Amino acid sequence: MSETMKKVAIARKIERTNSREFIEALFDDFIEFHGDRYFADDRAIIGGIASFEGRSVTVIGIQKGHDLEENLQCNFGSPNPEGYRKALRLMKQAEKFKRPVITLVNTAGAFCGIGAEERGQGEAIARNLMEMAGLKTPIISIFTGEGGSGGALALAVADTIWMLENGMYSVLSPEGFASILWRDSSRVEEAATLMKMTAKDLIKNHVIDKIIYEAPEGIENNLEFTTDKIKEALRETLPVLSEMPVEELLDKRYQRFRQYGVFSER
Amino acid sequence: MNLFGKKTYFSIEGTPEKKRNDKRKKKQEPSIPDGMWIKCNTCKNIIYKKEVSEYKLCPSCGAHFRMSPAERIAVTCDEGTFTELFADLKTENPMDYPEYENIISKAQEKSGIEEAVVTGCGEIGGYKTVLAIMDSHFMMGSMGSVVGEKVTRAVEYATENKLPVIIFTTSGGARMQEGIISLMQMAKTSAAIGRHNEAGLLYVTVLTDPTTGGVTASFAMLGDIILSEPKALIGFAGQRVIQGTIHQKLPEGFQRAEFQLEHGFVDKIVNRLDMKETLETILKLHQK
Ligand SMILES: [Zn+2]
Repeated sequence: MSETMKKVAIARKIERTNSREFIEALFDDFIEFHGDRYFADDRAIIGGIASFEGRSVTVIGIQKGHDLEENLQCNFGSPNPEGYRKALRLMKQAEKFKRPVITLVNTAGAFCGIGAEERGQGEAIARNLMEMAGLKTPIISIFTGEGGSGGALALAVADTIWMLENGMYSVLSPEGFASILWRDSSRVEEAATLMKMTAKDLIKNHVIDKIIYEAPEGIENNLEFTTDKIKEALRETLPVLSEMPVEELLDKRYQRFRQYGVFSER
Repeated sequence: MNLFGKKTYFSIEGTPEKKRNDKRKKKQEPSIPDGMWIKCNTCKNIIYKKEVSEYKLCPSCGAHFRMSPAERIAVTCDEGTFTELFADLKTENPMDYPEYENIISKAQEKSGIEEAVVTGCGEIGGYKTVLAIMDSHFMMGSMGSVVGEKVTRAVEYATENKLPVIIFTTSGGARMQEGIISLMQMAKTSAAIGRHNEAGLLYVTVLTDPTTGGVTASFAMLGDIILSEPKALIGFAGQRVIQGTIHQKLPEGFQRAEFQLEHGFVDKIVNRLDMKETLETILKLHQK
């Protein structure tokens, strides 16, 4: 198996630490809030307020389960539009109370279903992209596992983006890439390598800013190894972003996404 | 203020009674296959090509055929007012995707344009506006670096010059051959629209067949006003993907413009024959 596919397999492992466990390990006083106020509460996204070493924060994470029953509840970590709208509601709340937002991204992608289309999956994601780009409070995104396309990006228009060692982020899954572009599902490994979707590839492209390492025995077997590193990074970054004048913060966020593009000019 | 701008009239029936100049007729060639006859995919009738007007409607059932940017400009902007901007951007190969350069050259040959969007400035009923017009004939209108950059520059240009933006969308989504950089175009374009929005300026999207994936999930759905052409396919996920996920038959008319209107995601479905006038009225009502 190629190096990339090994990482993909680790990122997708059912035992892998999920957002609820990360929140438990990283924050105190977490209170979960529910619902988008329009339609429903999407359990694929959990969010609420908490404190990080005395600082109030808003935390939003895409939730995956460790077994079928849990996964049926959280839709295998594939949010519906109401999940993205709940996330946006909590982000606007964070903006009002000047709390930083921390998102934990781990999804194969936004859910593709009839209901999701009826309720405007595209609109929900689009709205988050635009609103996050202008949210007047710091946003930190941490990719903890899979980062599947627009469904991941909808929680990741952030000031700084970190990724766990075995995280990934891509425009579509390597399986999708091989079957759509090459009509050959046997070329998954080749697709995965070509797509440059690992943390090491993405830091070179400046898509992420920091790699957070995992214990060799597996993140779920030694979570503290990783959460200590995340805490250290938060301790360093939160004060810097929180003290930055809003205009400068938004300008830097705009420029961060403005730079993406590979082209030449005649 | 330009209340006395030149007005172009056209018939509601859409018969090709308006005599356009020859130059324009030549421009519309690429999107209709060679030969004297074409088949309408909607009514399945065989149509004599010469009966199709510059509006590209099926003469027997009124179906809206796909248009090239040049054809769109011809029926949307006041004659001679469109100036192309940001045409000099050239596609590169960020992911070292095999044969990408060849794929691009072939798409350029087939479509007659350089990339999947044309951006510029023009007038509609005398009202100046920035325009971006996508082309599904170019790699299914997919958004890579150049499409994202041109749309972003067009929106930024509008923000700087306090102009409205009108985008005609048609796209299969992100340009997968450019990998993660194509995904980032969604954030880049949406952020630019956010600034245009903050400046209190008007943004109108016209969704045309088909508008899906990463374009739907970014600038297409962010219009202050979202118009659509009749029966246009509009959605986030592709129909085959949805079928593969849920293993059930999709309802009749699923993801069509009428479905989106019913579910509250489109402000108005506008027949192509009325589009220019509708846009002109919207622009007029937003003059300060
Ligand atoms: Zn027809």
